[in-house]
Amino acid sequence: MGNDIDYVLKIKNLKTYFQVEQGQVRAVDGVTFSMKRGQTLALVGESGCGKSVTAYSILRLIQEPGRIVGGTIMLYPTDGKPIDITSLDENSEMLYKLRGDLVSMVFQEPTAALSPVHTIGNQIREAILVHQDTSIKQAKEKTINMLGKVGIPNPQNSFNRYPHEISGGMRQRAVIAMALVCRPDLLIADEPTTALDVTIQAQIMGLIKNLQREMGTSVLLITHDLGVVAQTADEAAVMYLGRIVEQAKIRDLVRRPRHPYTRALLKSLPGLTDTHERLVSIKGSVPSMTNIPSGCPFHPRCEYAERGRCDVGGPPELMELSPDRKVACIRAEEIEKV
Amino acid sequence: MKKHPPILTVRNLCKYFPIHGKGFFSQVVRLVRAVDNVSLELASGETFGLVGESGCGKTTMARTILRALEPTKGEILFRANGRIVNLVSLKEKRLKSLRPKMQMIFQDPFSSLNPRMTVGNIIAEPLVIHKMAKRSELKDCVAEMLTRVGLEPDHAVRYPHAFSGGQRQRIGIARALIMHPSFVICDEPVSALDVSVQAQIINLLQDLQKDFELTYIFVAHDLSVVKHICDRVAVMYAGKIVELAETKSLFGNPKHPYTRALMSAIPCPDPDKKMSFELRGEVPDPANLPSGCSFHPRCPECFGPCLKELPALRKLEDNRYVACHLY
Repeated sequence: MGNDIDYVLKIKNLKTYFQVEQGQVRAVDGVTFSMKRGQTLALVGESGCGKSVTAYSILRLIQEPGRIVGGTIMLYPTDGKPIDITSLDENSEMLYKLRGDLVSMVFQEPTAALSPVHTIGNQIREAILVHQDTSIKQAKEKTINMLGKVGIPNPQNSFNRYPHEISGGMRQRAVIAMALVCRPDLLIADEPTTALDVTIQAQIMGLIKNLQREMGTSVLLITHDLGVVAQTADEAAVMYLGRIVEQAKIRDLVRRPRHPYTRALLKSLPGLTDTHERLVSIKGSVPSMTNIPSGCPFHPRCEYAERGRCDVGGPPELMELSPDRKVACIRAEEIEKV
Repeated sequence: MKKHPPILTVRNLCKYFPIHGKGFFSQVVRLVRAVDNVSLELASGETFGLVGESGCGKTTMARTILRALEPTKGEILFRANGRIVNLVSLKEKRLKSLRPKMQMIFQDPFSSLNPRMTVGNIIAEPLVIHKMAKRSELKDCVAEMLTRVGLEPDHAVRYPHAFSGGQRQRIGIARALIMHPSFVICDEPVSALDVSVQAQIINLLQDLQKDFELTYIFVAHDLSVVKHICDRVAVMYAGKIVELAETKSLFGNPKHPYTRALMSAIPCPDPDKKMSFELRGEVPDPANLPSGCSFHPRCPECFGPCLKELPALRKLEDNRYVACHLY
């Protein structure tokens, strides 16, 4: 591993559990990954795999009955000392600064992320006034400048518009403006384009990329869309049932997936090349979080699963196959030869 | 695809929604032209894709074809039991007798199933309504259908909440197919599902199409799914079809600038194939469409006539229609 200066975020063995009637839901169960500064890491997985809970844990937004029960999340701001997010006090000044200033978030549903009774300008300006020591006038100027940067037409007038007066794509632009106006070190984008049309999706992903380049922000992109991942991320971590099963540079991941789950996911995409062939689907469906299979959690759906090896004991550890490449499968080496 | 006689012919179909003004008489001040003068022909056994951005009218069109929405004008000729009937002029009673032949599969497997009914009752309900089976036969019909869509017969006694998204979509499919329709509209049937489950449902739809000799209209915004499953595709923009072609030629050589833009917006799961997406702006307000070609404010190739004249859907070659002044 490189110097801490190269990294913006390091998560070690994060465990976030939810206590519900049916038992304990281990939504995030021992997640470990690091993010290089200025890069985009994609957290990929199907719904319910724990990718959003991981993101919420970084911002300490986990609410009862959920709790971070173990692990560390270290954030390395460009200026200032490293912050141990997991040990911050609920009411501390630092947590306040963390949310919105050092780390900010773009949500899936822009309509739900914006207040319907405040103008978009006021909402963005509020983010500045909360975190920075500026006058209201300066903050307004900054807001208008930011609105222009995210491609909202006529920023002067748009400042006074309400979310319902603009389209979904424009709303997501406003949310991005709000997230980036304080120049955070880390931007968490939780399915930022899932609610949008492909054409608008392409515009928004392009916008995030451009702003990232300009501001040097690191982006944690949470998505289930492997196409979006391949087009925007530098690295990707694939999650299944609360654990990371594979992490690699995006090109390696797509070209030579090592974990059977990643392989199957890529194969099940309706390819843009061959038509009318049968799709390779993964048998069964994602098991319930309260009833995680023994051994490797993926073994009941895995085509390479071996009786007596894959279905016993605890889940396999994430092994480092080479620098930049980790896989959690005891048969990873054997499968490679098949 | 022209081997079979058409099962469905749509001619100049329009669906307008009036916007009423204020005041006592609430006059119609404007019209939202959700579907405007659309014509198409479906061969028996084919899968016809309908794509476009949200708000382009694809779902409205699908629903109008089934007369779930009353068409404003136009003709919908549907072939059932060897006879061709115009659905638009049909009386309710006659229409009901045709309903078993045309069914719909919905997008959201959560809201499209009644949470208070057992799966068995949900699937059997169409048979009960149309009196197509005796009470004593219902159970067997349901069990057979459940097995056919990949579920267990004893699932019939459970309620929808006990099932995952993919399984619920299977229930929705079973309900649509239990009366052995000949024509099914699939309105975004896989877009609410996870990728790994998506593939299962797509495969299932294709298997069932073969077994039941179904004709599909497949409404979707995910072009990679459409490319996989459809024989022909129509691209809609602001209530009109702007391009219609066989899947291969549409994806291989898109003609309309809008189709080209749509294609370039698909994020390819190959990191080395970089996207070159350049479409600016958004879908226009359907109650206030731009003059001439509705696409002209966003079109990179816009020229003189585009501002004034609405391009008609013209035949370019066999099975290929484009509505653009460039051709």
